[in-house]
This record gives sequence, structure tokens and C-alpha cells, in this order.
Amino acid sequence: MYRYDEFDARFVAERTEQFRFQVERRLKGELSEDQFKPFRLMNGLYLQLHAYMLRIAVPYGTLSAPQLRMLAHIARKYDRGYGHFTTRQNLQFNWPKLKDVPDILAELATVEMHAIQTSGNCVRNVTSDHFAGADAEEVEDPRPVAELIRQWSSLHPEFSFLGRKFKIAVTASGHDRTALRYHDAGVEIVKNSDGRVGYRIYVGGGMGRTPYLSYVVAEFIEKPDLLAYLEAILRVFNESGRRDNIYKARIKILAHTLGVTAMRDRIEREFAEIKAAGTLEVPEKECARIEAYFAPPAFADLPETALPTGGALGDWVTSNTHPHRVRGYTIVTISLKPIGGVPGDASHEQLDGLAALLDDFSLGELRVSHEQNLVLPHVRIKDLPALHERLTALGLATPNAGLITDLICCPGLDYCDLANARSITIAQEISKRFADGARQHEIGDLKIKISGCVNACGHHHAGHIGILGVDKKGVEYYQLLIGGSAAEDASIGEILGPGFGEHEIADAVERVVDAYLKLRQPGERFLETSRRLGLEPFRTAAYGEQRDGAD
Amino acid sequence: MALIKNGTVASDPYTDVADDAVLPAGPVIVSLQRFRAERDGLLARNTPVGVRLAPDQSPEALGGDLDRLPLVVLEFAKFRDGRPLSWARLLRTRLKFTGEIRATGDFLYDQIAFMVRVGFDAFELPASVTPALFQRALGEMTLVYQPSTDGKKTIRELRD
Ligand code: HEM
Ligand code: SF4
Repeated sequence: MYRYDEFDARFVAERTEQFRFQVERRLKGELSEDQFKPFRLMNGLYLQLHAYMLRIAVPYGTLSAPQLRMLAHIARKYDRGYGHFTTRQNLQFNWPKLKDVPDILAELATVEMHAIQTSGNCVRNVTSDHFAGADAEEVEDPRPVAELIRQWSSLHPEFSFLGRKFKIAVTASGHDRTALRYHDAGVEIVKNSDGRVGYRIYVGGGMGRTPYLSYVVAEFIEKPDLLAYLEAILRVFNESGRRDNIYKARIKILAHTLGVTAMRDRIEREFAEIKAAGTLEVPEKECARIEAYFAPPAFADLPETALPTGGALGDWVTSNTHPHRVRGYTIVTISLKPIGGVPGDASHEQLDGLAALLDDFSLGELRVSHEQNLVLPHVRIKDLPALHERLTALGLATPNAGLITDLICCPGLDYCDLANARSITIAQEISKRFADGARQHEIGDLKIKISGCVNACGHHHAGHIGILGVDKKGVEYYQLLIGGSAAEDASIGEILGPGFGEHEIADAVERVVDAYLKLRQPGERFLETSRRLGLEPFRTAAYGEQRDGAD
Repeated sequence: MALIKNGTVASDPYTDVADDAVLPAGPVIVSLQRFRAERDGLLARNTPVGVRLAPDQSPEALGGDLDRLPLVVLEFAKFRDGRPLSWARLLRTRLKFTGEIRATGDFLYDQIAFMVRVGFDAFELPASVTPALFQRALGEMTLVYQPSTDGKKTIRELRD
């Protein structure tokens, strides 16, 4: 994985001291909350319902054992013993004290971590495929590109006060695990017909109140030109993105108002100028320097090994492993969705426990997925029984990756001051409802995603089944959406109809799922059935027995 | 309100003139609207004229007149609105403007280092920023990852 050199280290250290100075000024009253806000946001510090929340970047989702131990330590020393993994490869601490935050950042810096640009109207923490470097299908490891973008975008002088946040994802696999098309900009690493590697660039995706999927603005950008092209996109956005309405300020609105042709022309004009200046060209040498850090680990030459079957181990292997590109290895998903638990939460004991097994079981690496799970990218198949035992002891062996109880959920009204409704309690109830393993496997691949308000932190637009909390005269209501996807077959879910009360929503979900089981053709996932049949059968199922819904 | 020019406190030879005010003698700053309306007369005065641009006015609107202007003032209406950062960069790159680029309005301490990087060289400091703080702001981050109009060596170049 990437290691800081003296320059990266000094950059983060100076940023921490700058933050310390601003916190001192804030605590002394020299800065108003309003003046402090943009700065703290650029450093990942939010003000929530009850306390500050610190959002720490896990760049492109890769963590080492020392980093995990540090996160555990911070959870213990400065927080309430746990952290929350989000959908953007970040970790949030919900209860830090303002006066402690500079020390937390200084401690993080010792393990090459930071909270820079995890919030604010700037280029956010760049995300990537959590199976990077392990997936059988990828063109090349996407993380060096993500690191390149991280460096270019860090404290960019021109793009730190954009009209709105700007999120970039990088993928290199035909199977998209980054929600690429829901990002402001997406970079897909592709090979052209000459076998040369370059980038297909997407622009204009986003969730929130008005969801959009991005479109392709450039089919093939050559490797040395990537940063010039991204800079060109950001220039167009900073100059022309709307500033009059916060809900229309994302690049998705500009991109879809201009349309692909006009958008491309605007970008090309800037691109030509930047390219001619040559200052942003990425030299081969720098690519090679970064790529060297991500060289494949020392895989052993293993014989073909069959996956273990039967019993609890077999169930877990069926749902929580994924083919690895190297013989004898597999990729393991660690579910952070225990039945009835809080999706994405991990305790300091669990973080420490994982740190202790990383070297033995996964060549020292852990990944954070955008589905609020963790991943051990390089596991020997023959180690699976022993690993399963260790994870079971940590409460981390829930056999539900990709199944209906592997829900995504935002913090909602339990933490968030923008929320209309609770989302964690709904996730917990649905999780309990479908706890039975055999039933989950029968239902198969079904993604439920829950947000507590239109901001869509829980990706409800992209859920096969989405749930959106709305406020109706002070009462919490939930709308159901059907047919969304964040994968390579991306689509935006459609609202089924009037909302359900907090005690009705799990029933409604269950009726929709039962309808699917009756209607599906052999081998059909929920998403496919809903695409084939449209909303109507699910609407009938959902509202059939409901009495007092509201619209 | 202190004016900082090329890094030090300076006196301001310009008078900022409202659109409906009578032009005083000596160097003046006028809005883009007024400049357009009274362009010929303003340029014929043979005293320096600066043009003030609101955040939604691109300096490209000044066209060929830019060569005759010693000063462009970029206004921060709200610190959140970072368009002037792009306008300054545009002035220094595509438009090759070598005169004074001055920041006015609502900007924050933590934006100053960015502003210097993209090409601002004069600052009408807001009340929250003293000249001492201004100096401090420039020294906080000694390393940069990306090239900008200041020509500062990037971390990548330092690595070579
Ligand atoms: C609790 C504190 C949080 C606050 C105040 C908050 C606030 C927001 C706001 C205002 C937006 C809408 C931005 C826009 O549409 O331009 C948003 C979007 C988003 N947030 Fe959060 N959020 C919080 C926590 C989280 C968490 C815990 C996650 C991950 C589980 C998350 C992930 C996202 C994502 C993925 C989006 C959608 C991005 C898009 O529109 O493309 N946020 N958040
Ligand atoms: S979706 Fe709404 S309720 Fe949920 S975390 Fe985001 S802003 Fe808060």
C-alpha cells in the first residue's frame, strides 16, 4: 500500500497544526462558528445533533494493521468505544470533543491517516473498488490512480470552495463496486483496441433530492492526461455550477442542463489549454513510483483448493467469499451487519481483533467497502475454517454479505440534525424480520438501502428496494422505492406510492419480497424481476393490506 | 480596513466609486457595468482605472480592454462562493494579465494561502484578519501538491 514519503508526512503534519491553531481561535472566541465552519468541514469535522462528528478518510478503502489499531485506540480514548464505517470509505467517530480533535488528527498522522476533505465543498476523499488488486477481472489496480487524484486534489487552491462537494470514484473492473455512476465524476480504467490502458470519464452523477446517473464525457483519456482532464471538469464546475440554490449546486444539475455535447465542449476547451501548458501532465516516473507501492503482495504458489462446505462455515463461505485472481486464494467480506445491529458500526475490540489477524490471514491488508462492510482481500482458501472461527469470536462472521439483511443505512435521526426520520431502527427491524438464513439465501441478491432524509446518505435511490424517511406533520413516514442499482447496471429507483408509518414499513417490505418470490422466474434476482414487471405488482402487494397510509 | 499589497501593508491610491456617484479625481475603481457604460470617458481620463467584478462576472467579459487596466478587483460576496479563485487563475493564465488582482469582500483567514496561489496580489483585509494573521496564513502550509499560477514547485517536482 501507499507509504508517505517525507513530503506527504510534512503536508499532513502542517495541516494538523493549522487545524490546532484554528481550534484554539474558536475556543477563545476569536472565530465565530460561522467562520470556523468551512475550515472544520474541510478537515472532516461536522456538528451533529448531539455532538461533533469526525470523519476520517480511508483513502481508496485500504487499511493496515497499525492503522486499525490506531482507530481502535481513538475509539477508546476519545470516543465511546466504537466507530461507524460509511458508504464512502470513511470512518466516523460520533462523540469527539472539539478540544481533542487536533490531538486525534496528530495521532492519526502517525499512521499516515487524516480527515482532509472528507467534508466541505471540495473534492472529497477519492473512493475505489474494495476488491482492488484481488479481483480476477480488473484491468489494473485502480488505487494508484486514486492516490494520484488524492494528491492533486489535496488543498487544491482553486477548487476548495466549490459550489458543492465533488466526489470522484475510480474503478477498473467490469463489475462496478464503487457506485461509479452516482458520483460527480467517475474514472473507469479501460483498455482501448490497441491494448493501451487509459480512462473513460463520467460526469454528472449524484443522489440527494434530485438523483442522476452520470454520462460518459470522454471515451478514452490517455494516462498522462488524467489530471489535466479532471482539472478541466472542475474549472467548468467552479465557474458555471449554480450558486443560487444549494439543491441545484452539484455538477449533476449543470451537466444535465447543458447536456453531454455542450458539457464536453466546455471541458475540452479547458482541457486543451491545460494540456498545452503541460504543468499537469503525469510523468511516467511518477506513475511508476506510486504503482510500486501497490505491487501485488507475495502470494504463495498454492494448489487449486475447494471452498469448504456445510454447516455455519459453509453458509458463510457461500455468501461472504468472492473469487480471487490468484489460485488458492479467496476474497472474504466481513459483514458489519449483525442481525438487529447498527449497520457499519465496529467496536474497538473488533478493530483490534481484526488488526491481530490481518498479517496471518490477509497479507496485512483490510479494505472498507462502500456497502459499510470490511473486506479481507487475500485469504488462503485453506485458512477459511480457522478464519471463520476467529471472526465468530469477534462477532464478525455474520453470513449475509449481499443478502437482504446486508442493508445500507445512514445515521438518521439518532445522530443527524438534518434527518426527518430514524433509519437505524428501521434497518434493525427489517434485519430481524429476515434473520432466517435459509430464507435469506432463498431470496438471494437483494440490496435494501435506507436514508433518513432526501440527502440520500443511505443511497436509497440505488437500492433494489430503497427506503426514504420523510416527515409528515411531525410524524415519521417512510417511502418505498423499487428498482435502483449502484452497480454496472445502474438505475434510479422509483417511488412506489404514499409513505408507510414506522410500524408498517417492515411489513410492506416483507410483502414486496414475498411478491417477488411468487413472481420471479428461475434464476432471476429481485432487480431483474422488478425491471421485467415494473412497479405495479409490487404496488399491489405493498398496499394490499395497508390501512392508514399517508401520502 | 488594511490593504495588503505584495505581502505588506500599503496605502491605497484608488477610490472605489459607487455606480451612481460622481467620479472623483485620481485613480478609481468602478463596477463592470459602469465601466461598460462609460468606457471611453474612463479610459480617456489618463488616470488609472480598476474594474470590480462580482462573483458571477468572468474577467473574459473585459476582452481587449484588460491590457489598459492596471487593476482588477474580484469581489467575494460570500466566502463560500469560490468563483473568484477561478477568475484570478483565469486572469493570470489564459488572459495573461500582469496587473494587480485585488480581493475584496467576505473572505476568510483560511482562504488567503489559496488566493495567493491562484494569483491575487492585493487584499482588502476583512475585519477578522489582521496583517499579522495574514502573514501567518502564508506560512502554514509549506508544501503543495498541484501546480498553480504562483509557479511554486510541487511536491512531485521536489521528489525529482
Ligand atoms: C450524520 C452526519 C451527516 C450529515 C450531516 C450528512 C449530510 C449530507 C448532506 C447534506 C448530503 C447531501 C449533499 C448533496 O446532495 O449535495 C449528503 C449526501 C451524502 N452523504 Fe451524508 N451526511 C452525514 C452522514 C453520512 C453518512 C454516515 C454516510 C454514509 C453512510 C454519508 C454518505 C453520504 C452519501 C453517499 C451522500 C450522497 C452523495 C450524493 O448525493 O451523490 N453521509 N450528506
Ligand atoms: S440521509 Fe439525511 S438523515 Fe441520513 S445522514 Fe444524510 S442527511 Fe442525515
